[in-house]
Amino acid sequence: MNTPIRRLSVVVLLMFAALMVQVTLVQYGRADALNNKEFNTRSVYREYGRDRGPIVVAGNEIAFSEPVDDAFGYQRVYTDGPAYAPITGYFSVVFQASGMEKAENDVLNGSDTSLLLSRIRTLFTGGQQRGGTVELTVDPAVQEAALEAFGDQRGAAVAIEPATGRILALVSTPSFDPNVLAGHDTVAVNEAYQELIDDPDRPLINRAIGGDQYPPGSTFKLIDLAMILESGDYGPDSVVPAPTELDLPGTSATIHNPGGSVCGSGGEATLMYSLQVSCNTPFANLAMEFGAEALTEQAEAFGFGRDLTIPLKVTGSRLGDPQNDAQLAMTAIGQFDVRVTPLQMAMVSAAIANDGVLMKPYLVQTERGPDLRVTSSTEPVEFSRPVSPETAATMTEMMVNVVDNGTGAPARIAGVDVAGKTGTAQTGNEENQHAWFTSFAPADDPQVAVAVVVENGGDLAGEATGSKVAAPIARAMMEAVIGE
Amino acid sequence: MATVAAARPGAGRGSELVLLAVAVAIGVGGLALVGLGVEGEIPGDLPVYAAVLAGVSVALHLVLRWRAPHADPVMVPIVVALTGLGLAMIYRLDLAAVARGRAGGAADRQLLWTLVGAAAAIAVIVLLTDHRLLRRLPYLAGGAGLLLLLSPLLPVIGQRINGAQLWVNVAGVQFQPAEPAKILLAIFFAAYLVTHRDSLTLAGPKVLGMQLPRIADFGPLLIVWAASIVVLVVQRDLGTSLLFFGLFVAMLYVSTERVSWILIGLGLFAVGVILAVNTFGHVAARFDIWLHALDPDVYFAPYGSGQLVDGLFGLAAGGLLGTGWGQGHPYLVPYANSDFIIASLGEELGLTGLMAILLMYLILIQRGLRASIGVRDGFGKLLGSGFAFVIAFQCFIIVGGVTRLIPLTGLTTPFLAAGGSSLVSNWIIVAILLRISDAARSPAPEAGPLGNETVAIAIDALRTDDAARPGRERPVTPGTPVTPVAPGDEYPTQELRR
Repeated sequence: MNTPIRRLSVVVLLMFAALMVQVTLVQYGRADALNNKEFNTRSVYREYGRDRGPIVVAGNEIAFSEPVDDAFGYQRVYTDGPAYAPITGYFSVVFQASGMEKAENDVLNGSDTSLLLSRIRTLFTGGQQRGGTVELTVDPAVQEAALEAFGDQRGAAVAIEPATGRILALVSTPSFDPNVLAGHDTVAVNEAYQELIDDPDRPLINRAIGGDQYPPGSTFKLIDLAMILESGDYGPDSVVPAPTELDLPGTSATIHNPGGSVCGSGGEATLMYSLQVSCNTPFANLAMEFGAEALTEQAEAFGFGRDLTIPLKVTGSRLGDPQNDAQLAMTAIGQFDVRVTPLQMAMVSAAIANDGVLMKPYLVQTERGPDLRVTSSTEPVEFSRPVSPETAATMTEMMVNVVDNGTGAPARIAGVDVAGKTGTAQTGNEENQHAWFTSFAPADDPQVAVAVVVENGGDLAGEATGSKVAAPIARAMMEAVIGE
Repeated sequence: MATVAAARPGAGRGSELVLLAVAVAIGVGGLALVGLGVEGEIPGDLPVYAAVLAGVSVALHLVLRWRAPHADPVMVPIVVALTGLGLAMIYRLDLAAVARGRAGGAADRQLLWTLVGAAAAIAVIVLLTDHRLLRRLPYLAGGAGLLLLLSPLLPVIGQRINGAQLWVNVAGVQFQPAEPAKILLAIFFAAYLVTHRDSLTLAGPKVLGMQLPRIADFGPLLIVWAASIVVLVVQRDLGTSLLFFGLFVAMLYVSTERVSWILIGLGLFAVGVILAVNTFGHVAARFDIWLHALDPDVYFAPYGSGQLVDGLFGLAAGGLLGTGWGQGHPYLVPYANSDFIIASLGEELGLTGLMAILLMYLILIQRGLRASIGVRDGFGKLLGSGFAFVIAFQCFIIVGGVTRLIPLTGLTTPFLAAGGSSLVSNWIIVAILLRISDAARSPAPEAGPLGNETVAIAIDALRTDDAARPGRERPVTPGTPVTPVAPGDEYPTQELRR
């Protein structure tokens, strides 16, 4: 009977070998997939059980974890919640994280590969794994200036440092307090969330980079202008047709200039003047002449149609798909199907400000390990070259003229040349128009490029224009940079 | 003529004492770390637990020195270490339960049952002076075993808990009769098979090159098959059913060496399972849960794969090195301290810890099989290998189920899981294995002067079961001097009686 017992012991050995292989698969091979399974509640406990790293702006922690005496161990705290919520997002027991909490999760919770050394050290010292720090590029002075200038109006604003692409401010109002979603009381968090969802002002939407996007109105003329100047056939003083009323071919509709006013002589105007008072007919006309393909190409060179991570996910802006001249004419004045994010319009101004070189925008300056050593630092990267330096210079000159003599007057800053462009965009429904302003300053040495949109005219409602409502906010933001 | 002095291996009692100290340290260290991990301080009742574990160890050690001095020295330390690990995890889950406003106390009960189990083991070692005594009443053991196995179906005392009817309640004491039934049926199988192995081995018709047993010998196999199917279908207990059938097939194979029995057995069982899957929703559901565990629909369904997958999440969260005692969230899985204690340990001790636990089981089981090879009587061989195999198979079914290697069925993890009947039964099994290993490792009677006796020994050797089969064991020719050697399997020195 010994032979079968020996064989039986081999069978036992094989059974245990199978168990060991399977245990290895579950605990090692498939561990990541299991840990990341969407209904794995343990991941929340695991995240909360860790000392999650802070999110830092100018040396101050705007989000950090505080030890508490409950099942989770740590409570996420947002010091200036609503001001930075569009950037930080929230870290919730109940819902998936959002914003920077989600985008930089690996660094914040300490599982990023760059933090491997620190993890191994922790293993031997027996301490608790701590998360890394994420330092943002945001300048709190600019962020606060924008928020203050916005007041209770709905909208969004973005400020970029043109030479690098650093995002100096990213505002979306109204905002929300992430602290109410970071609580550990599931019922309370659910109630707070439902309240935010039900709020007609939709505070959870990040209007600066996501949201439903906006028609850009006349700020889109910067893209028309770039296309026109890049052709080499036109200069600021070129005289172009500028009728008071432009019939849209194939339709009974017409395009007017703002307020139905006469542009220039009533039939012709210079490009300089057309931009200065934001005439519609010359740009619509020229767009039809250049064609949809040229316009699309120019828009794409500025970043339209491209998804972007900063590392928050930015919805790509779109030109729409104009099928005929009438639609193309509407597109050229920022209507029809054109939809943009405020970040996209800030990128347009930043490219012009930076001699035609568009730098890739970014929000994270450095990542640091728990020991505060820098593990990663963002270097500026070129995104595209939408216009030549000559075109950029010409456009700067024309945009300065807009602020000095035209619709951009409310953005003037004493002693500094400001380059800007207004926009007032029809919303396509009964609501009041959106007010836009995009600009950069100082014109000869640009330190900041901004774009501002105020939804439905803001405080001025039907009386609003980009000039009256959006330009003052842009000015406040530019002053915050230049004044430093 | 030069005499060769037999190098007799030491009985190993000294090694056992050292290993026991390590085993107690594993359990007590685990408890201390649980206290530190969960509450930041050494648990107040640690001395009680330490005293019981150490006391049990010392008592067993002394009893072995007294009544079974040659017993295997590794078994008791492994069992003490596993029991200690189980206690620490149950204690840790008690703390978690109390923190959530639920009742604790499972660890205290487990400690009490550890005492009862060790006492039962000591009683077996003291009273059972020879394992062959168990052979005396095969049909009583078999009948009692079957009755116990099916007793949860009886009115009044039978109880249905969590959908499976595998509990009885006698005078307020609740237990799983399958656990003691395991012992009784193994004894019955060993006694029955050792008596009838010749008729079972006899050639029957040959089909497809496979020697089939005679039709008449199918009888007992069919009875056991029927009992297993009843357990499967009526008691809704796939695990116990599989365990008993596997035990029976394994012992049948050891006694007959006929692979045909295994194939027939597996075939029969497969037929039963396929019938059950197609006829009974609960068995089909087990398979569905196994195959589609990570499908959200299955996961969130009532009686779906939630428990299984939460256990897998726990194991994955543990990773290579585990979260550490008291640092994980094993309490998120239902039955974390019984059926799912492997997942709980895997989460907090990691892959490394689980590997160590599996290796401890493997060593314990292989030690049991080694004792079966070494013991000189057929009954002992069958009983020892049956007991060793039943521990192995039980581990395979429950650990395989929790890790999704095979469909999940509820069984206890020997020595680790919370549960009195399991703990006591497994301690008794280990006690019998210790008794068998003592018989296997005891020195053979001293050989006298060489001469006629040498020939007698050689002739005896020829008569032994294994040597009697042609071409299997090394032939011993008369006149060759046979040096008495330490008892082992290669050179049987006594006739193996059937």
